[in-house]
Amino acid sequence: MDSPGNPRYPARVATLHALANPARFLKLARPLTPLLFWAGVALALVGAWSGLTLTPPDDLQKETVRILYIHVPSAWLGMGGWSGLAIASLSYLVWRHPLANLAAVAIAPVGAVFAALCLITGSIWGRPAWGTWWEWDGRLTSMLLLFFVYVAYIALARADADRGGDGRVPALFGVAGSVLLPIIHYSVIWWNTLHQGESVLTGKIDRTMVWPLWLTLSGFTLFFGGVVLMRMRAALASQKVEARMKRMAAQ
Amino acid sequence: MNHWAFVSAAYVVVAVGSAGIALLSWRAMRRAEAKAEGLKRS
Repeated sequence: MDSPGNPRYPARVATLHALANPARFLKLARPLTPLLFWAGVALALVGAWSGLTLTPPDDLQKETVRILYIHVPSAWLGMGGWSGLAIASLSYLVWRHPLANLAAVAIAPVGAVFAALCLITGSIWGRPAWGTWWEWDGRLTSMLLLFFVYVAYIALARADADRGGDGRVPALFGVAGSVLLPIIHYSVIWWNTLHQGESVLTGKIDRTMVWPLWLTLSGFTLFFGGVVLMRMRAALASQKVEARMKRMAAQ
Repeated sequence: MNHWAFVSAAYVVVAVGSAGIALLSWRAMRRAEAKAEGLKRS
């Protein structure tokens, strides 16, 4: 059996269970929130500044290539956010840790914002690069779908909380929605799209141009973590208030 | 076509979007934690 008493119980799962304790989580989250947030802001600002001033323009796309340094992190976090949401939802369904459900609900609005930023910056980039603001191609359409799925999850989680649900329905939706992630990733391979193919991890971008991207990518990721922790702390504090009010009303 | 206008617009959108979600989340956290602390003291 996969339980804490079992000597074969994996250490990673034990750590996960330990962190699922709200008091332990808060002890860690309080110092981590400003640390992640400000480190993320600093890295993202340095990366964006470097991308705007220290890298050469592209031969074909000229200056518009600089949108890369904010567009790619937005796409990464739009998709990464849903991966985190799906993992948290699955953890909630398997282990029933309320913190996992809280994490999924906290990730959703932040992920939705980054998915929207990815779509908007992509559209702004598309106008000078492709001559159009929008094209119903595989990558753009699947990313737009992900944004709608985020919105649907937020609405579902809110409705479930309002009617006193246990969070299982939004968690199932969170896991099911992850089917979109490979579709988005492979859309540029499966379909003939206007969107360029995989270029960041395949080394197709010149080294003189790609380095600020690592700064903005890591910066926005830390920023994302900091903001999610803020939302989780807000939700935990609200739950405490609600529980205390109920106790006071019962007395 | 002035490319810098597109670059600036994209950076402004990302700055406003990220600052907006950060500010909303920070305010929600501060308010909720202050309320919980207030109830604990009373």
